[in-house]
Amino acid sequence: MSLKQTPPRLELRGITKRYPSVVANQGIDLVVQPGEIHALLGENGAGKSTLMKIVYGVVKPDTGSLVWNGQAVTIRSPAQARALGIGMVFQHFSLFDTLTVAQNIALALDQKQDMPALSKRITEVSNRYGLPLEPDRLVHLLSVGERQRVEIVRCLLQEPQLLIMDEPTSVLTPQAVRKLFETLRRLASEGCSILYISHKLDEIRELCHTATVLRGGKVTGTANPQLESSKSLAELMIGKELPAYKRASTRTVGEPRLVVNNLSRATDDPFGTPLEQIQLSVHAGEIVGIAGVSGNGQQELLYALSGEKPSQSSDVLINGQAAGHLDAGGRRSLGLRFVPEERLGRGAVPEMSLELNALLTGYANGLSKAGFIQYANIREFSKACIERFNVKASGPEAAAKSLSGGNVQKYIVGRELMLNPEVLVIAQPTWGVDVGAASFIRQTLLDLSHAGVAVLVVSEELDELFEICDRIAVIAAGQLSVAKPVAETSIEEIGLLMGGTRLLKNTSEQRGTL
Amino acid sequence: MIRLEPRPEPSRAMVYLSPLLAMALMLVVGMIVFTLLGQPPLKAFHAFFVEPINDWYGFGELLIKASPLALIALGLAVGFRANIWNIGAEGQLTMGALAAGGMALWLQDSTGVWILLPLMFIAGALGGMLWASIPALLRTRFNTSEILVSLMLVYVAGFILSWLIHGSWRDPDGYGFPQSKMFESNALLLILIEGTRVHAGVLITVVALMLAGVFFRWSLTAFQMRVAGLAPKAALYAGFKQKKTVWIGLLAGGAAAGLAGTAEVAGPIGQLLMPISPGYGFAAIIVAFVGRLHPLGILLASLLMALLYLGGESAQMQLGLPAAVSGVFQGMLLFFLLATDVLIQFRVRWVGKTSVGAA
Repeated sequence: MSLKQTPPRLELRGITKRYPSVVANQGIDLVVQPGEIHALLGENGAGKSTLMKIVYGVVKPDTGSLVWNGQAVTIRSPAQARALGIGMVFQHFSLFDTLTVAQNIALALDQKQDMPALSKRITEVSNRYGLPLEPDRLVHLLSVGERQRVEIVRCLLQEPQLLIMDEPTSVLTPQAVRKLFETLRRLASEGCSILYISHKLDEIRELCHTATVLRGGKVTGTANPQLESSKSLAELMIGKELPAYKRASTRTVGEPRLVVNNLSRATDDPFGTPLEQIQLSVHAGEIVGIAGVSGNGQQELLYALSGEKPSQSSDVLINGQAAGHLDAGGRRSLGLRFVPEERLGRGAVPEMSLELNALLTGYANGLSKAGFIQYANIREFSKACIERFNVKASGPEAAAKSLSGGNVQKYIVGRELMLNPEVLVIAQPTWGVDVGAASFIRQTLLDLSHAGVAVLVVSEELDELFEICDRIAVIAAGQLSVAKPVAETSIEEIGLLMGGTRLLKNTSEQRGTL
Repeated sequence: MIRLEPRPEPSRAMVYLSPLLAMALMLVVGMIVFTLLGQPPLKAFHAFFVEPINDWYGFGELLIKASPLALIALGLAVGFRANIWNIGAEGQLTMGALAAGGMALWLQDSTGVWILLPLMFIAGALGGMLWASIPALLRTRFNTSEILVSLMLVYVAGFILSWLIHGSWRDPDGYGFPQSKMFESNALLLILIEGTRVHAGVLITVVALMLAGVFFRWSLTAFQMRVAGLAPKAALYAGFKQKKTVWIGLLAGGAAAGLAGTAEVAGPIGQLLMPISPGYGFAAIIVAFVGRLHPLGILLASLLMALLYLGGESAQMQLGLPAAVSGVFQGMLLFFLLATDVLIQFRVRWVGKTSVGAA
C-alpha cells in the first residue's frame, strides 16, 4: 500500500459527541486511506457505533470536522453520505420480509428504478463479487447470510468509495465469514476503503491493515493487527490484562437432569422456525452447547425449555419429572433456572429497581412470605448479587434500565445462580458484554458445572462454545444434531452443520443457509 | 422555537408535578372560559371552587361525592397497574346498586339492619364483580378487548335497571314514576355527621384506601400484576399467571364499583332510580390517573373531582351557567394531564435560530 501521495479517503479530526448522560466520542482523530481495510475495535459502549453514524450522516457531531478525499465536508444525512460514496451495512438488517430482493434494493436507492434493468445489475454485481443473489426471491426465504448479501449488494450498486460494516460476522457461519472476507479483500484491491467494526480479534488480525482502538469514547491506540496477538489487542481494548480460565482437570458427569424427548412444535410466527423431533439430554456436571445461526429454531427451543410456551408433559423432563406442560414458574420449582437473551423486558423489568427484579424470579426462594414481599430480604439478596457479580450500579434501588447491557446481564446471571439452580439454561451468555465481564461469566458457568449443575448454553459465538462446553450440538432449520464431545469435533465440522450442508436428515425443504 | 428533547431518565419530579401543572392549566383556561361567557373571573372562581364548601354541609357533600370516586378509582387502579383497562365501572356500579337494591326490596320487611346492610354490600360487590367477570371471561377465553366489552356493558346495565324500575320493581304508589319503593330505615346507612348527608359508606372508602396502600406496596400479587403491566414478556418469563392478572384486575374494579353503587342507593338516594350515578364510574378513571394509580394521590384527586361536580352545580345556580360546565372542567383536567405527562419523558428546550450543526 504505497498510497501516500493521494489524499486520505476519509479523515476525522477531533470529533466529539455528547449525549445527555454520556460522552460517546471525545476528540477522535482517524485516517482511512484508499483501499485500506481499517478496523475499529472496542468494547460495547466504547463509541464505535456513534462514530460510524457520524460518518454516515445519521448523527451530527458537536465539534470536529470530516475531510473526504481532501475536502472538508459536513454530512447532514445518509442520502448525502451515499451521494459522496459512503455505504453502510448495519448490524441489524433493514429488509422487508415480504418483498423480493430487487424490490428491497430499489426501496433503498435514492432514485426511481427500472426494475428489469435493476435486476440485471444486481445479478451482475453480485456475481462479480462472489455474492450470488436471485433478484426475484422473497427475502423471508433467504438465510441470514444471504440477507446480509442483499445489504452489501445494495451498497455496492452505488459504487462506494468507503464501505462501513458494523459487526458483519456476528450472524454468519465460519464458512460464510470466509466468503465475506474474500469479497471485502477484492473490494479493497479495487480501491474501496472499508471501515470494519468488530470486537472479534481473530478476524481483525486476519483481515485488516490497520486497527484503531476505542475505549470510553477516546482513541486509545492504533496498531497493525497483523503484528499483534489477540491477547495484546484485547488488552488494548479493555485496558488491562485478560484473566485465564480455570478448568477442573477431572470431571464427574452425573445423571441426566434436563431431557428433551422428541420435541416437535409448529410455530405461530409466519417467519418462525418449527422444531422437528428435538432430542437432547444434559447431565449433572456438564456444559452442553447449542450452536447455530440465529433464526434456526433457537428462540422456539428456548421458549419450549423455559416453559414460557408449554407443550405436552412428556416433551421435557427436569430432574426426571415430566415438565413439558408446566409454565415457567412450575419448572423453576423443579430446579430449572433460565437466562434469556433479551435482558430488558424479559429477563428483567426495565422500569423496576434491581431489588424488585430479584423478586421477579426469587419470589419462591424466601424473598416473599405468605404472599407478602420481604423488602429486607430482597435488598440483602440484591446487594449480595451486585457485590458477588461485580455489577456496576448505584445500588439495589437503581432501575434496571439505568444499567448498561453487560451489567444487566451480570445481574440476571447472578440472580439465577444465587437461586440455587440444578439445571441452568442460558442464551447468549456474553452478548454485548465486555471482554472482562464475558470471561467472568464463562468462568462462572464452568465453576457451576463443576459444582454439579447441568448447564445448557445456546450461543452464536462458536469460540465461546468451544471454550467452555463439554459437548456441542448444532441447531439448523429446527433440527438438532447429536451433541458431540468437544474433543471429537472441530469448528469446521460445527460450521458445516450450522450451514446445513450435512444435515442429520435429508429433507428437501431445507433452508439454504450459508 | 420550542423543542421537546428526550430526557436521559424519566423525571420523578414531573410524575408528581404534572397533575398539579394540569390543575393549574385547567384553572387558567377555566377562568378564560368564564370570562368569555361574560362572567367576572374572580366571582366565577369563587362560585365554582369556594362557595360549594364554605360550610359543613357543603364539606359533607364534598366527602360523599369523593367517596365513590376514590373507591372506584382504587379498584380500577389495581387493573390499570397491570394494563387491564376496565372502562365499564359505571355499569358495574349500576349492577352493584341493582343487586343491593333488590336485596333491600326483598328483605327489608323481614330483616334487621345489622343483617340487611351487610347482605346488601355483599350483594352489591358480587353484582359489580359479576358484571366485570363478563369482560374477564371473554378476554381470557377468546382474547377479546376488555375495553370494548366493559364499556358496552355499561349501556346494557343501564337498560336492565331501566327495565326493572319501569316494570316489576316499580313503586306501585309512586304515581307511575320509574323508580322503586323508598328503602326502609333498616336498609339505609347511618348518618355520620349531624346536619350533613355524610353516611357510613365513606368509612368503606377509608378502609379501602388503607387496604390498597398495603396491597400495592407489600403484596406479591400486586407486584406480579405490575410486572404484567410493565413488561408482559417478563411476567411470562417469571411464570406469573396471565389469566389471574386479568381476573383480579377486572374483579377488583367490579367489586369497588359495586360497593360504591350500594353506598349510593343505601345512602343519599335511598331507592333505585335512573340514573344512580352522575358518571362516577367514568370520572373515577380520571381520578385514578390524576392520582397516579397511588392511594394517596387517588384520595386527593377524588376530592378535586368531587369539587368539580359541586362547582358545576353551584355555577349553574349562582351564575346561570349550563350544567355541562362540570364536564368541561373534568375534560380539561384529563386533557392537560395527558399533555403535561409528556414532560415526564421529555424536557422543553428553547432553541435559537442558529442550529447546533457540525463544523
